Amino acid sequence: MSWGRAFVALARRDLTIAFRRRSEMANPLLFFVMVVTLFPLGVGPEPKLLANMAPGVVWVAALLAALLSLDGIFRPDFEDGTLEQLVLSAHPVPLLVLAKVCAHWLITGLPLLLVAPLLALFLGLPEGAMGALMASLLLGTPVLSLVGAIGVALTVGLRKGGMILSLLVLPLYVPVLIFGASAVDAASMSLPIAAQMYILGAFLALAASLTPVATAAALKISLS
Amino acid sequence: MWRWVHKYGSPPVFYRISGRLLPWLWGLFAILLGWGLYGALISSPPDYQQGESVRIVYIHVPAAWNSMFIYVAMAVSGLIALVWRIKVAEIVLIASAPIGAMFTFLALVTGSLWGKPMWGAWWVWDARLTSELILLFLYLGVIALHGAIEDRRTAARAVSILALVGVVNIPIIHFSVEWWNTLHQPATITKFEKPSMHIDMLVPLLVMALAFKLFYVNTLLMRARGELLERERDVKWVKELAS
Repeated sequence: MSWGRAFVALARRDLTIAFRRRSEMANPLLFFVMVVTLFPLGVGPEPKLLANMAPGVVWVAALLAALLSLDGIFRPDFEDGTLEQLVLSAHPVPLLVLAKVCAHWLITGLPLLLVAPLLALFLGLPEGAMGALMASLLLGTPVLSLVGAIGVALTVGLRKGGMILSLLVLPLYVPVLIFGASAVDAASMSLPIAAQMYILGAFLALAASLTPVATAAALKISLS
Repeated sequence: MWRWVHKYGSPPVFYRISGRLLPWLWGLFAILLGWGLYGALISSPPDYQQGESVRIVYIHVPAAWNSMFIYVAMAVSGLIALVWRIKVAEIVLIASAPIGAMFTFLALVTGSLWGKPMWGAWWVWDARLTSELILLFLYLGVIALHGAIEDRRTAARAVSILALVGVVNIPIIHFSVEWWNTLHQPATITKFEKPSMHIDMLVPLLVMALAFKLFYVNTLLMRARGELLERERDVKWVKELAS
């Protein structure tokens, strides 16, 4: 099997499994919506305050939702032994990792993108910033999945990996959060956002080219 | 060169040589610390703007330098551990993490103590303090991951990868935080721009930095020796040592 076909086959398999369990797909979304709902309850419903906080709140909530769903990249496959077979297969492991991360982002990251405008509306984000919010999430959430995959690969063999996973991964998410939230913030004040977008794009390019290698190495250690 | 690496990287040789070096290194540390502290606390002048509180810089700056230096040292030993599977490199990596976390914590505490008279608040989201805080989180992640994996060698290799990922990220995090800071920094808090340092202040600072580095090396060697004995407790050379 050629590399391209292996990539597509693996991604399609993961997508099929996810679509067979549709209710699970909704969980990160519900979490995303609920966390955002908590903020007005916590800080009060004053529209100006909420609009000011909206970029940061939506981004932090998206980041947490991405974090919670991370474990699903490798854990089910680790538990039933599929992961071991994948690592043993003739195809380069970073490629397979990339396929799994892509599928995972399509299942958990892309839906966040679709709900985000609703949440921005809840918080009274100016309509002009909606495009920036979508664009920054579109560039930023794949980075979260790619970087998070390293953490999952390192902790997949542990029984209580969840808490440690968030300790490992959250500090690495800081740059994405900074530039993502700042793009939305700038757009809500009608400032140009090209700089933030370029940097998020650069993060994505860097993460897509480097993290699969690190993830593959980590998987091999976890499976040894 | 390879023979050299393997010879000095082998646990018994490392143990013997480090044991012989340590008293000298501690002696040198005591001299440097004494000299540095004398310079920092007594002979150097107070700052014309900050007064006596500038003296905390002699602890803060060396601690902050060390906190970054140790992370890089961890990443380098992680790379060596992954590529050449040298046991001593694994141990250096593991033994460095708590020391690095301690220096990061020290830098944060002294930064906060210095911030109280300067900024009027214990904590300000200053770019450097914030990246130090995130560095502390990275250290704690390394320690937590190492603690969670039972098999020592697997743990060391997993931590090596994490340290390498961290070291690629640290500059990105640092510049992101700096950029974030320039956007959000309120104009009332003017950042104190340091003019080029007077030689009376620079010398104690560098001496203190050297003393701190030496403290790292010494504690690292001691921790590594302990870890080595524990790991190799069933090996012949340790048994001979104990008998």
